[in-house]
Amino acid sequence: MTTTSAPATPTLAPAPGAPASAPRSALSELSQETLALTRRLFLQLARRPSTLVAGVLQPLIWLVLFGALFAKAPEGLLPEGMSYGRFLGAGVIVFTAFSGALNAGLPVMFDREFGFLNRLLVAPLRSRSSIVMASVLYITSLSLVQSLAIIATAALLGYGWPGGAGLLLVLVILLLLVFAVTAMSLGLAFALPGHIELIAVIFVANLPLLFASTALAPISFMPTWLGWLAALNPLTFAIEPIRAVYAGHFSLGEVVLVAPYGSLTGAACLGVLAVLALGLFLLIRPLLDRKLT
Amino acid sequence: MGLRLAKWSSKAVPEAVIELNQVSKRYGSGATAIEALSGLNLSVPRGCLYGLLGPNGAGKTTCLRILSTLLEPDSGAVRVGGLDALAQPRQVRELLGYVAQDVAIDKILSGRELLQLQGDLYHLNRAERDRRIEELSEVLGMDVWLDRRCGTYSGGMRRRLDLASGLLHRPAVLVLDEPTVGLDIESRAAIWRVLAQLRDQGTTVLLSSHYLEEVDALADELAIIDGGRVIAAGTPQVLKAALGGDRVTLRVREFSDEPEALRVQLLLQACAGVRQVVVNRSQGFSLNLVVEHDGVVEQLRQQLKQADLPVFALAQSKPSLDDVYLQATGRTLMDAELAIAGQRDPKAERKQAMR
Ligand SMILES: Nc1ncnc2c1ncn2[C@@H]1O[C@H](COP(=O)(O)OP(=O)(O)OP(=O)(O)O)[C@@H](O)[C@H]1O
Ligand SMILES: [Mg+2]
Repeated sequence: MTTTSAPATPTLAPAPGAPASAPRSALSELSQETLALTRRLFLQLARRPSTLVAGVLQPLIWLVLFGALFAKAPEGLLPEGMSYGRFLGAGVIVFTAFSGALNAGLPVMFDREFGFLNRLLVAPLRSRSSIVMASVLYITSLSLVQSLAIIATAALLGYGWPGGAGLLLVLVILLLLVFAVTAMSLGLAFALPGHIELIAVIFVANLPLLFASTALAPISFMPTWLGWLAALNPLTFAIEPIRAVYAGHFSLGEVVLVAPYGSLTGAACLGVLAVLALGLFLLIRPLLDRKLT
Repeated sequence: MGLRLAKWSSKAVPEAVIELNQVSKRYGSGATAIEALSGLNLSVPRGCLYGLLGPNGAGKTTCLRILSTLLEPDSGAVRVGGLDALAQPRQVRELLGYVAQDVAIDKILSGRELLQLQGDLYHLNRAERDRRIEELSEVLGMDVWLDRRCGTYSGGMRRRLDLASGLLHRPAVLVLDEPTVGLDIESRAAIWRVLAQLRDQGTTVLLSSHYLEEVDALADELAIIDGGRVIAAGTPQVLKAALGGDRVTLRVREFSDEPEALRVQLLLQACAGVRQVVVNRSQGFSLNLVVEHDGVVEQLRQQLKQADLPVFALAQSKPSLDDVYLQATGRTLMDAELAIAGQRDPKAERKQAMR
């Protein structure tokens, strides 16, 4: 153990008369605290990259294995004579973003459990929503990076490329989905008692949502009950427009989803996702307010 | 911060920097509720190193968590630096440095990264933040290991890192919850030195402890807290002097028996200037008594001689804080600690405290 040096050292206490820092605008303080919290999450990721790797590997395996599984499916089976690999691409891209965002609550839950959150709460944060904002920023950029990796791989496998404008559209759609799922996950992180429960929910939500969507098969293949589920599943509202982009004929007014309850245009799908994201954030707000004040 | 300090002094000066008035807090509800604080009053003068002394479960942590705005009291008023902590928690947080009892750190970050994060949460500008980290690293002897990951730190290193993070924004008031518990003597001395230095430079320091010697040696003033309320407060000297008299421990033989001890007790009680004679059974029937002044001891020796009783040992001492505690509660601090040991459920408490 090193001893402290002789107290001819710098002053510890406030220098009388001199403010520690010049007063700054609320906005600059808000961005400072939010970025610092985001940086922490990225440092954690850089030092424990396994989540990032797993987040890319899992969908890659889906893409390669499932793509191969149906490689010899009879031609003309899928709408517009699409190959299965091309069909699957959109599903796996959305699934990647989705399962990444589903994990958003985990770091927050650990901070609650280990008391790190208290360290944040004794600090004079401009707004405690910085804590939530940091998670949203982190998980959004992370899942977008993961999705881009999958988009690139799908292109390499010959499953198509959306083109420049198309890519932008794909990213907008993914963003909306990621916001919605992140909100839900953060809500759970504050509502559930511990990380074990949170992991259980994530685990249970993951695969059924994948299978009960149009990621792996079109609605026309499904029995009625599953078709209904798939047509209500938020993932489907992201998958179908992206699929249309990949097929090269996306326009907002065009029907992209033929559901048992009617046909939806690309714009309608985007609208549903936007409403969902907004609704979930409004829904969890009271909970966050209660837990963070 | 300096700005604010100046503001107080120009006002009609609330002399107490920290003021708790009739603060009550219970955990849980119904039959299992625990009353952690019941009408606690505390007043800490500016620039004072103030000790909060009490056994396990006395309510020290609860009190400090309320001060740090982590916890809201059920009732009562809390003022820090003239501000109402319940109405203006953010301003109070700016004023306060809080070093919690159990340190939550991010094992995967280095100490420096943790301090940088902390600096950003207190909105220091980057240059000031980094300069301050260097400064504290030097004062607290952290330079060798500050860039290692926190997960590898010893208890003493963590405690110093936490002290540094509490001091980063130059708070006018520093609150520490048992800052030296479980530390080796050297780390403890290092922390004491820093706290004393802070006080000398004008910071108000409030620390909790259940070490009598620590508070006695370090604190300018103290409050003894037990069962969620303050039972005595003042400077150590005044508290001890208020007890009055000297403590005397007497043994007539190396091993007395009870009848003899009781006989001596009667004899001593009859002497003028002797108060409170207790037979200490656990110490081989020695006698503990309080005498009003030095002269009384001489008279005692005479009396014993006349009664043909020898004096094997006679020790005289000034009253200690332990005596203050004993006087106020009717038990020693050690007994109080033993009584509560095993009654608490740390896991359940952590769950309760989770947000
Ligand atoms: N989160 C909690 N939930 C339920 N009871 C609690 C909680 N925190 C403290 N208590 C109870 O409140 C009382 C006061 O506890 P507190 O932690 O304030 O005491 P303390 O003086 O800090 O003790 P120690 O010296 O052990 O740290 C105790 O009886 C304790 O069991
Ligand atoms: Mg405590």
